[in-house]
Amino acid sequence: MANISIKQVRKSYANSEVVHGVNLEVSTGEFIVILGPSGCGKSTLLRMIAGLESVTAGTILIDDKPVNDLEPHERGCAMVFQNYALYPHMTVAENIGYALKVAGLPKMERATKVSSVAASVGLTEFLDRRPGQLSGGQRQRVAMARAIIREPKVFLFDEPLSNLDAKLRVQMRQEIRRIHNRIRATSIFVTHDQQEGMTLADRLVVMNKGVIEQIGAPEDVYHHPASIYVAGFIGSPAMNFLSGQISATPAAAMLANGERITLPAHVAAAHDGKLAQIGIRPEALSIVPAGSGSFDAVFDFAEELGNARLYHFRFEDLTVSVLSADKPKVKAGVPMGIKVAMDAVHLFDAETGKRLLARGIVLEPVPA
Amino acid sequence: MRRAYYKNNWIAALLVAPQLIIVFTFFYFPTAQALYWAFTLEQPWGGGNTWVGFDNFKAILGDSLYWASIWVSIVYAIGSTTLAVGMALTLAIFADRQLSGYKVYKIGMIWPYAIAAPAVGLAFRFIFSPGAGIMMFVNQMFPEIWNPVENGNQAMAMVIIAGAWKQVAYNFIFFLAGLQSIPRSLIEAGAMDGARVLRRMRDIQLPLLAPTFFFVLVINITDSFTDSFGIVDTMTAGGPSRATNLMVYKIFNDGFQGLDYSGAAAQSIILMLLVIALTFVQFRYIERKVHYT
Ligand SMILES: Nc1ncnc2c1ncn2[C@@H]1O[C@H](COP(=O)(O)OP(=O)(O)OP(=O)(O)O)[C@@H](O)[C@H]1O
Ligand SMILES: [Mg+2]
Repeated sequence: MANISIKQVRKSYANSEVVHGVNLEVSTGEFIVILGPSGCGKSTLLRMIAGLESVTAGTILIDDKPVNDLEPHERGCAMVFQNYALYPHMTVAENIGYALKVAGLPKMERATKVSSVAASVGLTEFLDRRPGQLSGGQRQRVAMARAIIREPKVFLFDEPLSNLDAKLRVQMRQEIRRIHNRIRATSIFVTHDQQEGMTLADRLVVMNKGVIEQIGAPEDVYHHPASIYVAGFIGSPAMNFLSGQISATPAAAMLANGERITLPAHVAAAHDGKLAQIGIRPEALSIVPAGSGSFDAVFDFAEELGNARLYHFRFEDLTVSVLSADKPKVKAGVPMGIKVAMDAVHLFDAETGKRLLARGIVLEPVPA
Repeated sequence: MRRAYYKNNWIAALLVAPQLIIVFTFFYFPTAQALYWAFTLEQPWGGGNTWVGFDNFKAILGDSLYWASIWVSIVYAIGSTTLAVGMALTLAIFADRQLSGYKVYKIGMIWPYAIAAPAVGLAFRFIFSPGAGIMMFVNQMFPEIWNPVENGNQAMAMVIIAGAWKQVAYNFIFFLAGLQSIPRSLIEAGAMDGARVLRRMRDIQLPLLAPTFFFVLVINITDSFTDSFGIVDTMTAGGPSRATNLMVYKIFNDGFQGLDYSGAAAQSIILMLLVIALTFVQFRYIERKVHYT
């Protein structure tokens, strides 16, 4: 069990910096998910913690001890790799027990431990097979078992589920969480799948282009995204964005075509005159007869999701999506009214992309 | 993908002809010739060859000089292969670790393979000459210690070193490619599991290199039987006292110097069968044990 402290950590490859001064405090037993698009530097950050990549600047501490200059195995971390990285020439049992073998544990003890760990992830029948003779899900379990058996202080996962099919992914995701609840090792899990991140994390770290955009509980990040980037990245279907200018009287955001989205008076007052990006999740919009909503938009097409439909409208040169379970009468090319739930509007500074806050209102992020 | 085929068979024939001609001229024709000679004997006073069945083979196999040559060939095969494989593997491991300057080194390593065997032989003949260069210096310090012209073991060592040196480059390329095709993440997983460099090499890299290793081994052993002629010819001419009279060299010697075509032909048939058998046995029985899927 260990806490991890990442202080002003940077990473450069041949003069191009890919991680720009990251700070992160992970407390003991916490499950952290680092979420971000491809190439944002998540793996690089994780590999620096693991000791597989040198740290260009800054300090990484595990259990309050700087580990920058320690070898990977001296850091007490275990890692589950994206492609599992199982030793193809060893049996499942040998794969799982390799770390113990290297550590010089006697054969008998090793065998006992291997079989108990294998049993805990449901691998007992496969101990004599080679990785090549296993399915993707089984390989994934071997990789997990190999990490678990070391009883590491820290678990590191680099997109361990991305090679599995959708169903197995969900299943393994739940299994990982179950294992975590049992052994409570500090865990850092890297993924670009926001749903995976939301469901697994105690706290979510959203990264973009080598910087952390936001750290928070999944719920907070969802309800109070700190920037346009986070707002657009988290949540499915993705958030709609409109641009407009905030006015205090009437308290509203004025859209380009003169229509307005009503805002709470104190929010509008706090940012009078500001150019803003207005973010609204598809589920916070509803379809009403033309002229009776916040603004009118032309219906384009709908996507069936089973429990609801996603209706796509054209507004100016933008697309606005509305998630609706009741079936409004719409026709392609015909304008409809779009109604905005006032307290569900997210405002972002059009210039900086940062969230616009107003004191004492529902838009304020919940303190972590 | 659609298969391209030719309506006119003669175009196809024309296209494969060069290959067929080469294979025919340089393999089937000489092999047929050798077979002919191996089973016949030229009459002492002219008048063509007479069929003698296996007499030529019996004569060879009853000849202790031939068995001595086989023994010498085996010593050479084991010696040069061990040395060439060991050296190449060591060098490839260093190159794979990407110590600084490894790119230059990698290219530099390739060249020896492009040198013809007799040239290698000549170069090493100078290097190992007892009366010149570094060996002269050694001989001055310890008189009479190095003289491959008289000492058969030294001659063999010299030939082995030259043969291995030429083969190292070829092996190196395969080993380096083999090492570099091992996924980095496996080595990283090993590092996370606590294995240090040498341990990872032993437990992960070398086992995964086994298929390459096996392939290189087969090629080296067969090459050492057939490709050693140029080196022996320029360095020792089979001597001293037949200490380096390898099978290929003996064929040449008996055939073109001793003018015993039938004996030489029979020997070359035996050598060919030996190489075929070696390759077959190795691929058939050993290869199975070194593949992972
Ligand atoms: N060895 C390297 N040399 C140079 N640049 C590198 C190296 N490794 C990674 N990078 C660069 O660093 C950036 C971050 O890479 P990283 O692997 O951390 O991304 P990631 O967030 O894990 O993406 P993905 O989701 O695709 O795995 C990328 O732009 C990548 O091109
Ligand atoms: Mg990655």
